[in-house]
Amino acid sequence: MNVKHMGQFDIAVIGAGHAGCEAALAAARMGKKTLILSINLEAVAYLFCNPSIGGTGKGHLVREIDALGGQMGLAIDRTFIQSKMLNTAKGPAVHSLRTQADKIAYHQEMKRVLEEQENLYLKQGEVVDIDFDEHRCVRGIQLKTGVYYGARAVIIATGTFLKGMIFIGDASYPSGPNGLSPSDELSDNLKARGIRLRRFKTGTPARALSKSLDYSKMIPQYGDPVIVPFSFMNEELSKEQVPCYLSYTNEETHRVIRENSHLSALFGGQITGVGPRYCPSIEDKVRRFADKERHQLFVEPESLSTDEMYLQGLSSSLPEDIQEAFYRTIPGLENLEIVRPAYAIEYDCIDPLDIQINLEHRQFANLFCAGQFNGSSGYEEAAAQGLMAGINAVLKLNGKDPFVIDRSEGYIGVLIDDLVTKGTNEPYRIMTSRAEYRLVLRQDNADVRLTEKGYALGLATEERMARYRKIKAEAEAETARLASVEVSPSSINDFLCAHESTPLNNKTTLAELLKRPEMTYEILAEVDPDRPLLSRHAVDKIQVQIKYAGYIAKQLSQIQRFKRLEDRKLDPDTEYLSIDGIRLEARQKLAQFKPLSVGQASRISGVSPADINVLLVYLEKQRRGRHGKA
Amino acid sequence: MNTHSVDTIAAISTAYGESGIGIVRMSGPEALDIFLGLFRASGGKTLEREHAEPRRIQYGHILDPDSGEALDEVLCFYMKGPKSYTAEDLVEIQCHGSLVSLRNILDACFRLGARPAEPGEFTKRAFLNGRIDLARAEAVIDLIRARSDRGFEVALGQAEGTLSRRIDRLRDQLKELVILLTVNMEYPEEDLDEISYGQIEESLQQINDEHLKLLEYSKEGRMIREGFSVTIVGKPNVGKSSLLNFFLRENRAIVTEIPGTTRDTIEEQVSLHGIPVKLTDTAGIRDSEDPVENLGIQRSKEAFNKADLLLFLVDASQPLSKEDQALCLLLDRRRCIVLLNKSDLPGVLTEREMRSVLPQAAILSTSLTEGTGLDRLEETITDWITGGKVRRKEDVLVTNVRHIDLLRRAQREIEEALSMTRKQEAMDFIEVNVRAAFDLLGEITGQTAGDEILEEIFSRFCLGK
Repeated sequence: MNVKHMGQFDIAVIGAGHAGCEAALAAARMGKKTLILSINLEAVAYLFCNPSIGGTGKGHLVREIDALGGQMGLAIDRTFIQSKMLNTAKGPAVHSLRTQADKIAYHQEMKRVLEEQENLYLKQGEVVDIDFDEHRCVRGIQLKTGVYYGARAVIIATGTFLKGMIFIGDASYPSGPNGLSPSDELSDNLKARGIRLRRFKTGTPARALSKSLDYSKMIPQYGDPVIVPFSFMNEELSKEQVPCYLSYTNEETHRVIRENSHLSALFGGQITGVGPRYCPSIEDKVRRFADKERHQLFVEPESLSTDEMYLQGLSSSLPEDIQEAFYRTIPGLENLEIVRPAYAIEYDCIDPLDIQINLEHRQFANLFCAGQFNGSSGYEEAAAQGLMAGINAVLKLNGKDPFVIDRSEGYIGVLIDDLVTKGTNEPYRIMTSRAEYRLVLRQDNADVRLTEKGYALGLATEERMARYRKIKAEAEAETARLASVEVSPSSINDFLCAHESTPLNNKTTLAELLKRPEMTYEILAEVDPDRPLLSRHAVDKIQVQIKYAGYIAKQLSQIQRFKRLEDRKLDPDTEYLSIDGIRLEARQKLAQFKPLSVGQASRISGVSPADINVLLVYLEKQRRGRHGKA
Repeated sequence: MNTHSVDTIAAISTAYGESGIGIVRMSGPEALDIFLGLFRASGGKTLEREHAEPRRIQYGHILDPDSGEALDEVLCFYMKGPKSYTAEDLVEIQCHGSLVSLRNILDACFRLGARPAEPGEFTKRAFLNGRIDLARAEAVIDLIRARSDRGFEVALGQAEGTLSRRIDRLRDQLKELVILLTVNMEYPEEDLDEISYGQIEESLQQINDEHLKLLEYSKEGRMIREGFSVTIVGKPNVGKSSLLNFFLRENRAIVTEIPGTTRDTIEEQVSLHGIPVKLTDTAGIRDSEDPVENLGIQRSKEAFNKADLLLFLVDASQPLSKEDQALCLLLDRRRCIVLLNKSDLPGVLTEREMRSVLPQAAILSTSLTEGTGLDRLEETITDWITGGKVRRKEDVLVTNVRHIDLLRRAQREIEEALSMTRKQEAMDFIEVNVRAAFDLLGEITGQTAGDEILEEIFSRFCLGK
């Protein structure tokens, strides 16, 4: 087959899922001529598993992506069909926005944005090889059709397509997600070039026709009456929301599953890939939690433009007939018509320890990696990495330092630092408990943490920056006002009693009242007639900042401590093997990881605090040596 | 370069063992504030910040930050960074050389916010801040290496297995709470039992009680490790010298002999059932009506204050003398064992009478001339030292300064969590404190949390879509 040179790009992105889309948009918006390829354009930004975006930790990621100037928050705000703020009773750091997405509309929206983006070229095509020069630096990509595109940097975001293999009962066949064609040749060629790959696995439940379900036997689940947008660019969103439905498995369901579990591909030994513990199949749940009497099932609409419903909670790789049998034991599902069976899918991915904190491969220059290819799971995790890979590919081409969000600045930082420093043995999912500084990394202040950074990179727009400044100023002015407005016992005690709050003996300020656990900014409106009309985003910030000022301050001082080591940058070319005072194991680990900061070095397993102390002394020695100050 | 340390560190910087003078050194941004919080000049006056001139020697006392009791008489000076050894604010406190005194002062620094210095940390800071020249960089590295390899940072060893188990249990309780809080916050839509404030409070209360017990033991542990100070008091000729001789005779392991120079006291180091005990004989107490002799009482008073335990010898063949009564006043509410000596003679003073004067004391009948009652005495002293409940060797004692510091910090987190729970503050904030306590205890036993919590969550709860 003749090779056909069809153009030169700065950056080529392989895969147009959630990682690929953010990567390509970031690169193009930062001025690079960018190519994004998908095996099938119908797969662009497709939600192959659950029709939902956000949730604990994940919602935080979406807010951070948005603050930096990414697309996910804007896209979901336009296409959600139900919205809920979770965890409102458990505290502001774990408030998490979760939406039901219309997956067809989401795909169309994202595809439209890609198509309209200047500098960005979206094409259908299967990449079969990446071309490197003699210095193992990316040079171009080869397509199945013989087309060759030159590219100075490549971002791999292959999701579950790479050597994808679907399992349903004893049937298994090479396939990408949802019956799309897999990417096999690319996997073989990457391995041939010396890129180590491994197998992970995930699964998805069946889709059923809505008209075959009896919702009168289920409990409807509605969205919040007031919709909180994901994007800081949006203020009020009003939309007709659609409900989801809750039902439960029962003893009969479990009996059917137990009796047939030997038919599941999961237990038959065919699957070698590692699946996530937090996303177990129903046969796994029934086996491991035998004494649990019932499991939840949420029936969720896939889209307003289809009758298909997603059966959340019951992913499986049992044979199709068994699937139908056990689903039909569930109240409301007695007559269910499956239109797409549940399946497990195995795919190739990389060990994230092989990539650096800027998501560039350790051995191959200008080869960036993102999303499930890096061993993560989830749309939001993928999008976050895609955005960062896109940004860092551009910076690399521009000869600039990498853009790193550290663990105290965002969940994005926690996610990437965990992956590349600690590695993972299963598809990695973000969780609020993975963050050390959760009280500061809230979803309400993602803009404060990241908008300026996004703006400096040229990603966050002028409009976003102006809006951010306005919200910030509003929040500051209102915080000051609340601290200055005094209320007296006589004027306020009736109100306090009415809200079961202790009456006052002396004058106090509105800010002091707001600190009471039972008080909210909204409740206080009754006794605060002069308050200005504020953006919702400003109100969220004010509330948390005043209520939890002390605790947040404590965490900020911990962050200050953390930053000391994080801000000490390390030259990746440091010759660790020759630093005598560091133990051999630690020297080897440091040489392998090439950490970019002392903080990152301290998190590598096998590097002790004493090693870090010696490293600090060594650095100072080097510094003085260079300045001739000995 | 300046590292701009955020932590203030403290350590004993003189060699271990009895010596005339000991030094506690603090370095870091809060060194001066901590010092000012602990220091009282003569007359009990606090030293104002603006009068704390650098490089000027201050004479006074270091007080226990909780009780306000004087810990020792000290000479101190403050060096303002960068003109100090570490190029940071640095305070040196010179006190008496006994380990007890040094440890108490160090401990006071920790309680006001300093943390134990890592091995070689003063020198490391000095180097990083440019105070030590390049030629000595290797020496600095050697210092860091040598000290930490010797095991300063090593967590509890097998030898301390019981303590380790005890802390593990506590840590497990905290872990349970972290797990429940985490799973509740992480999986709001799962079919799980919601954790209630009542549940959290009950669990935290239990952990806190247990924790306080451990901290209490840590005090005992420190005594065992550093020696326990026992002071013998009583009027002349009541048998103090005989008592001292008894201990010396029975326990031939005399460690040092330090004749009291400034005080009219004699100190002897003996080993009692393997526990180092410093015996102090307060010689020189005479009739208190004589103003000069009054000074003697003053000095015994000092000895009293330093003592972990007092042995009060009285002559049971005579009624309580004025001197005895004066001593009784001083002994009120102190840890004290009364020896009704001369039990070989016809008794005048009864145990009952003694008890009415010193109700908190243990009262024993002895005869030093006949050697009776002395076994009971040794037993009682050992009991007191080990707190009675913690007598046996395998029982729990926290002795390492770093461990005590970690325990104490964990305890603060638990108390804060408890008070937040009572106020029904947001659970995500409470979890932060519980988690911090859990991590601090892990530092003692050398376990880092890692994925421990998540592992357990996924193995115990059925989660996920």
